[in-house]
Amino acid sequence: MRTKAETPPDAYPGPVDRRATVFGRLAISAVIVAAAFGVLLLGFQWLRAQTPTDNAQKALLSMAAILWGVGGIALIYVVLNYVVESFPPRLMRAVQPYIFVGPAMAVLAWYLALPTVRTFWISLHDRTGESFVGLANYVAVFTQRIMFEAFRNNLLWILFGASLTVVFGLAIAVLADRSRFENIAKSLIFMPMAISMVGAGVIWNFIYEVRDANSPQIGLLNAIVVALGGEPQAWTALVQPWNNLFLIAVMIWMQTGFAMVIFSAAIKGIPDELLEAARVDGANEFQVFFRIMLPYIGGTIITVLTTVVIFALKIFDVVMVMTGGQFGTHVIATQFYRQAFTNQNKGYASAIAIVLLLTVIPVMIYNLRHFSEEEAF
Amino acid sequence: MASVTYEHVYKRFGDVVAVNDLNIHIEDKEFLVFVGPSGCGKTTSLRLLAGLEEISEGNIYIGDRLVNDVPPKDRDIAMVFQSYALYPHMSVYDNMAFGLKLRKVPKAEIDRRVHEAATILGIEHLLDRKPKQLSGGQRQRVAVGRAIVREPQVFLFDEPLSNLDAKLRVQTRAELSKLHKRLATTFIYVTHDQVEAMTMATRIAVMKDGVLQQVDTPQMLYDHPANVFVAGFIGSPSMNFFDATLVERDGKLEVNSEGFRLEVPEPKATEWRPHAGGEVIFGIRPEHIHHKEYAPPGILGVPLQATVDVIELMGNEIFLYCLTKDNRSFIARVDPRVRAQPGDEVELLVNMENAHIFDPKTEAALAG
Repeated sequence: MRTKAETPPDAYPGPVDRRATVFGRLAISAVIVAAAFGVLLLGFQWLRAQTPTDNAQKALLSMAAILWGVGGIALIYVVLNYVVESFPPRLMRAVQPYIFVGPAMAVLAWYLALPTVRTFWISLHDRTGESFVGLANYVAVFTQRIMFEAFRNNLLWILFGASLTVVFGLAIAVLADRSRFENIAKSLIFMPMAISMVGAGVIWNFIYEVRDANSPQIGLLNAIVVALGGEPQAWTALVQPWNNLFLIAVMIWMQTGFAMVIFSAAIKGIPDELLEAARVDGANEFQVFFRIMLPYIGGTIITVLTTVVIFALKIFDVVMVMTGGQFGTHVIATQFYRQAFTNQNKGYASAIAIVLLLTVIPVMIYNLRHFSEEEAF
Repeated sequence: MASVTYEHVYKRFGDVVAVNDLNIHIEDKEFLVFVGPSGCGKTTSLRLLAGLEEISEGNIYIGDRLVNDVPPKDRDIAMVFQSYALYPHMSVYDNMAFGLKLRKVPKAEIDRRVHEAATILGIEHLLDRKPKQLSGGQRQRVAVGRAIVREPQVFLFDEPLSNLDAKLRVQTRAELSKLHKRLATTFIYVTHDQVEAMTMATRIAVMKDGVLQQVDTPQMLYDHPANVFVAGFIGSPSMNFFDATLVERDGKLEVNSEGFRLEVPEPKATEWRPHAGGEVIFGIRPEHIHHKEYAPPGILGVPLQATVDVIELMGNEIFLYCLTKDNRSFIARVDPRVRAQPGDEVELLVNMENAHIFDPKTEAALAG
């Protein structure tokens, strides 16, 4: 047994002493962090108190605000990191990642997670948000004819839009890979990606434009049809549901470029020797494509497909700009918009939003799982 | 089982001539090795035969069939690639069965052939695995297995051992030789490693800059190289070369260089006499230079004085890096019992029986 005389307390602090040092350090840390936040707060108050009179002053003040903002964030990082590095090693390793990921998580929670929860809460209330109605809004979502139409249309968007985007993207990527004009072809296909959805909607409205049969057709499609001896058609107002396909064409036109670029990169990643081995083994070009290339880039196909499916589920701009949801072209997102802003029915609109979220989530989870498995990107 | 014939074959990539007027007739059941430094056109020659590159000019025959315009899948060949090129999404079994499935071979027959090949190669226990789960040596076997099950007319190998470690390479070399005997099919093999060529080939084709230098059996290539390039490429360490003149003095033929003078004994002298009076490149392999004390009996040894520069102990022998009197370096492979230090004068014996002379302008061999 050891006696006190043999172990001088100064040299070997007991557990109580050690805890005291940690607490001391934490106290100092808290003071430093508080000081840093204090500096930021004072800066904010000072900026707010300024009353610039001319443009030069305004410019100076905005510069100062930018510096203060960026510098302030940096200061918080530095201070927090400093504090965490003074922790005991195990605690430090556990906490340090959150210093850097924490702010992003906080922002996401505030702007994304919290509104989601709030939307769900609102969806359980009536149009004014005052009285609780339980699941009545959801019952309405799944029983109203207009919503069935929206669900059906979204299904069409996925079935035709997403799959054709992938098929065209893949076909163009494969064919361009063998062409001498690869870069020009790919640039042309990719170009629509640079146009906003609203812009694309306007452009395609012109293409589908219909005039009286007796006057000249200014819409490209009708001009062609008439030139070939046909009758001009109101494409986007045609007998439904096929007018939806003319809207879906816009998405395919825009998204094929995205799919093509990703597929093209994946195809270039296939080792030449692999394809040569298949050819020597007796495969023709179709067999090489379907039995070697497709399985090889299978992961990429799934990634692109899920991305485009999510895109199709959320589709809004094209429909809004081109038909506004008329002629049976409503989709979930346009129905949400109509309920929220035209009908002012917040509860019902929120229920639609939640349903849309729930349909997207499984695709997203699958996509994320796939990411982590394949370590694509 | 077929012969292969290259007839005036050219392959041009833009201005670069990768294969320049290649003419070889490869007999049925032969093990022909294309060897040469990188960029010499050996792999291109193989790819031309496989149909993976188009011929610019000339004809290639497999058996009696002209295959210039026949796509790879119809040439009835199998190829083992340097990277093995196993299909990553298929199991070992499916990798091997792929070519047979494409040819609509009955299932039972596929199964029989795959298992037979797997047994030969000792990979039966791996049939369910994916290529990713295999070691380098195992992948190499699967690649060979994939070729065997096809029972093709010609096997093509494109540097199949270069991704293996040294020990495995030696082992696989022997196994490939055994496989060749067992399958009794034409093997065409590309390598930059002359040891692989020497150990496995029935005939070796040495290439340089797209031009075929010499085709012959390993022993003939070693004993009678057609030119300086082949002489230097075959054998390790490579042959020593000296600029020299062949001089007739008092009825005796001598190789004269600034650093040494070597008498040419009979019967070599008779052979070389027509070139007397001219400049030559004198070539002698390191293994044909012996230390005086440990020279084997019965050789046509001619003395040569030199200074030791560097000594490399190999255990079973010693590489002596020596300098002639005019400071030209050469290598001698001598008996391990030789005790020498850098800077020492040594008495060496050059076995003139195995010496070679080449034309300094064309670099072609003069006399056998």
